[in-house]
Amino acid sequence: MANAVLTTFTPDERVSSRSPLQKLLVRPEIGALVGAVVLFIFFSAIAPVFLQPNSLATVLYGSSTIGIMAVGVALLMIGGEFDLSTGVAVITSALAASMFSWYFSMNIWIGVAFALVVSLGIGFLNGWILIKTKLPSFIVTLATFLMLAGLNLGLTRLIGGAVATPSVSDIEGFAAARAIFASSVNIAGIEVNVTVFIWIALVAVASWVLLRTRVGNWIFAAGGDANAARAVGVPVTKTKIGLFMAVGFCGWILGMHNLFAFNTVQSGEGVGNEFLYIIAAVIGGCLLTGGYGSAVGGAIGAFIFGMANKGIVYAQWNPDWFKFFLGLMLLLATIVNLIVKRRAELK
Amino acid sequence: MNAHQIDQQTLLKDEQDPLTHTPVHLLSLENVGKHYGNVIALRDVTMAVDNGRVTCVLGDNGAGKSTLIKIIAGLHQHDEGTFRIMGEERKLSSPREALDAGIAAVYQDLAVVSLMPIWRNFFLGSELTTGSGPFRRMDVQQMKDITKKELADMGIDLRDVEQPIGQLSGGERQCVAIARAVYFGAKVLILDEPTAALGVKQSGVVLRYILQARDRGLGVIFITHNPHHAFPVGDRFLLLKRGKSIGYYEKKDITIDELTAQMAGGAELAELAHELEQLGGHSDIVKEVQAEVADVTDSTPDSQDGHSRRRAG
Repeated sequence: MANAVLTTFTPDERVSSRSPLQKLLVRPEIGALVGAVVLFIFFSAIAPVFLQPNSLATVLYGSSTIGIMAVGVALLMIGGEFDLSTGVAVITSALAASMFSWYFSMNIWIGVAFALVVSLGIGFLNGWILIKTKLPSFIVTLATFLMLAGLNLGLTRLIGGAVATPSVSDIEGFAAARAIFASSVNIAGIEVNVTVFIWIALVAVASWVLLRTRVGNWIFAAGGDANAARAVGVPVTKTKIGLFMAVGFCGWILGMHNLFAFNTVQSGEGVGNEFLYIIAAVIGGCLLTGGYGSAVGGAIGAFIFGMANKGIVYAQWNPDWFKFFLGLMLLLATIVNLIVKRRAELK
Repeated sequence: MNAHQIDQQTLLKDEQDPLTHTPVHLLSLENVGKHYGNVIALRDVTMAVDNGRVTCVLGDNGAGKSTLIKIIAGLHQHDEGTFRIMGEERKLSSPREALDAGIAAVYQDLAVVSLMPIWRNFFLGSELTTGSGPFRRMDVQQMKDITKKELADMGIDLRDVEQPIGQLSGGERQCVAIARAVYFGAKVLILDEPTAALGVKQSGVVLRYILQARDRGLGVIFITHNPHHAFPVGDRFLLLKRGKSIGYYEKKDITIDELTAQMAGGAELAELAHELEQLGGHSDIVKEVQAEVADVTDSTPDSQDGHSRRRAG
């Protein structure tokens, strides 16, 4: 059909006149992308060491440890919920694997599998309580956060008698597990941590699910308008519980990385990290109110975080400035998101 | 979906069900009633819906319109009378059952997710897929094409089905919801006050789509409180008041002025104007109501006196 014909029949001529540039501007991750480019140029200019391949590998590694979680957290946020328990849930997963294998003197892989069950179980429980009680996810996951933080400390001391777990380095299967979760790959002389590849793979899978599968459609709908979604037959309950379990899965991967990278786990760690994941997702263009965002955006948010974190060190600034910087980024990103949402909802 | 175009002129002359050529109505209600505890929400309602016809249900707030559509859409069950689908007596126990019988309701909130693109909304909950196992994915291109075609058939031409549905006007969103119900096999379309929140022009757009749906052979139940919207598109008119039917007319038996007079109740309007004046109401509003009274009086010159006396009595 000819465009001219279409234009004459379009009831509202303001809607039909969208240029390719405008289309690009309403992508959820565009604000984060611009921010990332600006930040990259900025640190390249003031800290030449930032551009060296080894530094970039370090930045990418730092980004990946946030980014792996940000994938799950971004999906969950698009689905209209968020999770405050992710920071300590990562540690719970690592603790579960190491304490289980150590206490029962079993192959580490059994501990790893046990940790997966625990992580998915925490996610399921979060989602299930949320659906059953209809409480906001803020309250439900705040409660889970506190309970897990307490369980991490209490159970570790009860079972192991200390605040940290015994080293897992001499447990059977350790070498193979380390190779998968915490090794590094040599690319043209640069050591790139395996988590970078896991991160990229997760982002790719999440993007595909979100944009090209029925489940992705349901995630957007569950977050955008749960009642409308239910009315047309979308299984909102299953979608939301599934999303919490996906966050659990990401937490398991990061937990296993932490365990095999450092061999031992400090039971009090992880508190506060949940905000980093949420910040990465929000900077990446996910709306706190749900229904809008992308997995790629979350990845860019994590990359911004990684650049800022390491860039400040390379620029030889005092790291004290990092938090201020993070807050500023968050504020700017949220304002951009707000404008985007208003534009998208324009009637 | 394959309903062929129907010539509305021959239809209106034909007294029988036009597609099946039998005396059976697509949907029919006889003396249907419903009470919640000791509150009678609806009683003695008789109406019929046929293929390619629009049945309008008119009434003010609290007249029982929503109770009626809830019975037809399977949300509530009637206690009295008979409800027939294609001549078969039924009592629908869930909206799912109503959908399976081809009855689709488009409510005021429309069940669309405003941040999502039009095509995603169109197929939401019934997505088309290709591939199998873990690689089962949405057939995005086909879904976009179908959305575009279905909307074009309804007379909405969109260059871009990717735009968020929230960007469409209220009337257009209503039309997407109607097109969706039509595409997914509705035979009876219930439209709950589709023009209530719309301006004059947008209402016109929606009314046109009601006729489009009718011409595709659907039976349409159009619920409204505006006789000016109902009369041009309706073939039958059911007037409800306080849970009771106060009239059921074929189009040939009633004029728009009579319809308006019945709806508004000339005497009640006059009373309201008087009351407002006494209360020292804003003079503009009083004038408006008085103008309305004059309108109603003009429209029913022969019956105005008798009419108001009947109402007063």
